Amino acid sequence: MNRQPDAVVIGAGIVGAACAEALARAGMKVLVLDASFAGGGTTAAGMGHLVVMDDSPSQLALTAYSEKLWTTLAPELPRNVEYDGCGTLWIAEDEEQLDAVYPKQRIYEEHGVASEILSPTQLAEAEPRLRPGLAGALCVPGDGVIYPPNAAVALLQRAVANGALLREGVRVDAVGAREVLAGSERIACDCVINAAGAHASSLTPGIPIVPRKGHLVITDRYPGFCRHQLVELGYLASAHTMSAESVAFNVQPRATGQLLIGSSRELVGWDASINRAIVRKMLDRALDFMPGLALVSAIRTWAGFRPATPDKLPLIGAWEDTPGLWIATGHEGLGITTSLGTAHLLADLILGQEPAIDATPFAPSRVLAGTGVH
Amino acid sequence: MGHHDLGRTLQIVVDGRPVRVAAGTTVASALFNLGVSSLRRSVSGEPRGPVCGMGVCFECRVTIDSRPHQRACMIAVVDGMQVGTASDT
Repeated sequence: MNRQPDAVVIGAGIVGAACAEALARAGMKVLVLDASFAGGGTTAAGMGHLVVMDDSPSQLALTAYSEKLWTTLAPELPRNVEYDGCGTLWIAEDEEQLDAVYPKQRIYEEHGVASEILSPTQLAEAEPRLRPGLAGALCVPGDGVIYPPNAAVALLQRAVANGALLREGVRVDAVGAREVLAGSERIACDCVINAAGAHASSLTPGIPIVPRKGHLVITDRYPGFCRHQLVELGYLASAHTMSAESVAFNVQPRATGQLLIGSSRELVGWDASINRAIVRKMLDRALDFMPGLALVSAIRTWAGFRPATPDKLPLIGAWEDTPGLWIATGHEGLGITTSLGTAHLLADLILGQEPAIDATPFAPSRVLAGTGVH
Repeated sequence: MGHHDLGRTLQIVVDGRPVRVAAGTTVASALFNLGVSSLRRSVSGEPRGPVCGMGVCFECRVTIDSRPHQRACMIAVVDGMQVGTASDT
């Protein structure tokens, strides 16, 4: 890179990769730094579910916006990103959960997200391996699945095609006003984007992010075992409530025929070891919904760390304490989906353009005000 | 092979085809003796067959009696057993 970069993106996870892509496409000279390698952190640990979620109106706006961006981008992605528009089935266990599906469907409709309510019979036809006796489901056909690490790499390749530079194995030690310190290097730039995920607060003290651990299990190949991403409606409560630990039924068919089985949430710091007890609970939950899983072989289990914020919304925008510093993190379990919406919002804010959706709910200043830093 | 199995044969069904094989052998040995070398396909479509013969490498997986991903080298043939090697798993 001959002249100093316009923007330095810290973190080559999917959020940093998407930000680099958007900024490079807008004509900025972008430098991406990652302490290890692209797409190797939380991005590699996630499921890769592209999903519209309605935990809050702001979350719905960002996920719906992001999903439209993914759908548009999908035809241009390399095959190894494994985009599959398989749709999501939100499964209702009982009539009470099914009652909640009707307002959910109306809210989706208001945001231009198509969905369809399935009766128990239709649900059994759509996914014969689910146990009998379920109350129904909400099918969201626009949802999909990608392979996140390859998606991050693909976004970075697009950024590089627009002049960006990716440097892996470069650990940033400190972020100042319009500069980044990495080892003996001092890199001056117009703006810094802290997209370091769950590690963001180590570079920008005051970012209220905690690592929220999750386990996944992947099976051997069973093509056709299920056809949609299957999630119990109780997942929303599991994700929303900041309890010490929770599990929810969440199964995803991969392009290889493998099944990803989730999901768990724990607040245990950075302990990446496998917690057998919670994996057991998670698998018991999965078996309760799909008894046939008892006969499949699991081949690997791992854990990753979602960057969780206190109000369940990501931090996207200027960090007002430090001139030239922008934040793009705190996406919890939705970073794969919302990476693209985040990148578009952030690029619009940096370039002084009107974003496609209201950026106010994501402004990092909300936490500055709340933590007494100001 | 136990001495009581010497010379005895039984019938298994390989990809829908009934065949007689030596009793007391593993599925992998039986398939080898039948001249079947490709037991499954890799995720990219390559043919795969036994490598270690002792249950470690998982390369020899076949479908046995409708159960996919069974290690052919670790399971003895049983009369009437259905073995699938042609699936894409």
